[in-house]
Amino acid sequence: MSLLATLADLPLIAPFVEFGFMRRALAGCLALSLGATPIGVFLMLRRMSLAGDAISHAILPGAAIGYLLAGLSLSAMTLGGLIAGVTVALLAGGIARNSVIKEETSLATFYLISLAAGVLIISMRGSSVDLLHVLFGSVLALDDPALFLLASFASLSILSIATGLRLLVLECCDPSYLNHVSRLGPLAHYGFMVLLVLNLIGGFHALGTLMALGIMILPAATARLWVNDIVLLLVVASFTAFAGSIAGLLLSYYANLPAGPAIVLTLGALYLISMLIAPLGPVVARLRPRWHFEH
Amino acid sequence: MGRRLLGDFMTARHHHENAASILLRFDNLTLGYDRHPAVHHLSGEVGAGTLLAVVGPNGAGKSTLLKGIVGELRPLEGSIELIGMSRRKIAYLTQQSTLDASFPISILDFVAMGLWGEFGAFRRFSQGARQRIEAAIAAVGLAGLENRPIGQLSGGQLQRVRFARVMLQDAPLVLLDEPYSAIDTNTMHDLARLVRRWHAEGRTVISVLHDMDHVRAEYPQALLLAREAIAWGTPSEALSAENLLKARHVAESGKTPTDTVCHAAPPLPTEHLLP
Repeated sequence: MSLLATLADLPLIAPFVEFGFMRRALAGCLALSLGATPIGVFLMLRRMSLAGDAISHAILPGAAIGYLLAGLSLSAMTLGGLIAGVTVALLAGGIARNSVIKEETSLATFYLISLAAGVLIISMRGSSVDLLHVLFGSVLALDDPALFLLASFASLSILSIATGLRLLVLECCDPSYLNHVSRLGPLAHYGFMVLLVLNLIGGFHALGTLMALGIMILPAATARLWVNDIVLLLVVASFTAFAGSIAGLLLSYYANLPAGPAIVLTLGALYLISMLIAPLGPVVARLRPRWHFEH
Repeated sequence: MGRRLLGDFMTARHHHENAASILLRFDNLTLGYDRHPAVHHLSGEVGAGTLLAVVGPNGAGKSTLLKGIVGELRPLEGSIELIGMSRRKIAYLTQQSTLDASFPISILDFVAMGLWGEFGAFRRFSQGARQRIEAAIAAVGLAGLENRPIGQLSGGQLQRVRFARVMLQDAPLVLLDEPYSAIDTNTMHDLARLVRRWHAEGRTVISVLHDMDHVRAEYPQALLLAREAIAWGTPSEALSAENLLKARHVAESGKTPTDTVCHAAPPLPTEHLLP
């Protein structure tokens, strides 16, 4: 009993023991770290980080229409976001290939139109508090259905990645070989896109449109600076995401800062530090003598 | 002849086909992009177990022909017939790989993808498979580097890794598109030895090559291609000075000899059907 009491007094643990909303935020971040972050690793390896950003924004008008119809309803906003996100995920690649507009411009147009439409639709009915909620999330106000949603998406992602790892890896590292030896290439691609949209919606509920990608890309990029193997990368990225989330939540609690940006900023700090000290970062790689790579 | 057990029929047929048969037949084949033919009216047959070099000037349709065989490109006219095997069983080493060499994957895991035909996306690799993967890596001279990420390899080493993957595919038909371009002579020497071994194992190998001396030394058969077949036979015949000049002329003029009146070329003599 006294041990528990002592633990509960530790400043790193006390907020989580004392406040239910902090525990809920912690659980939500754990779900995102386990589900969304591995998807972020593949997003990075497929060089689709910016596409992920565009899709993340595309969710907004869909969620906003849900909001317009049903207010801050989890299911309506999820469904709207899902429809909009999947539509854009399918369109984004095709348009870049069939037009004089190059891919990055095409993504930027999606991004801008979606953001403007989303903000406008929400302003038609809601207050600026609701707008902030949608743009920056509400990790400190996750209710039971929201947590259940995050946990379901995380479970689905983990199961899919665990069973389809070989497929996902090959589709990413040598797609033409995969298409030659197997018919599953399209399944890998579209399956991944659906997982991406689901996790972006999960991230949207917790961290908002503008920050959802943060817990996917930043830990992935951080992990890439430390390890050179896909499985390790998934593990290290998830671990980084969760560690960064805890630190961010504590930062927001003690410094009285908004939680979403505090989490993303902490993850960003981990990334920047890794750039300086990680073995595969630009600094260490330059300092290391060349003979190290010979054998 | 006694009663055959279930499955014997297949093995017997397989054996029969390996003994003396045709694996690949081109019939008045025209391949191209956007209706611009890159391979024109090609007819001929490739026997099982053949080691064939495809030679020709740039833009002669050599890579296009391989794409046609593997099914990436549909014939504009005529047909490619693959006899007794499915297209997915072909091992195809492309020239411009879509391989992302910066992907964080070890040599071991990468080469293991050669067993896709056997284990697919979801089955667990057996202990025996693991030994075969290691043996393939050793056969291309990279033993001891199994756990190295492919991103740290030189161009030659990367080509060795791709050859190891081809080896594991255990394919009756192997297509190599300029396998030795931009790699060191040492690597080329080692990889050419593997190709010789595949030939000795009875596999059919078709390589697109530029090095005429290498073709003359290593290949019993050569197809000289300049959009259409200029010659097909032993390298000494097919790659004669006269034929090479003709091929270059066709390539430089940008026209095939049959361009003005487009008709099928007469079928080539079938002497090139070596056992």
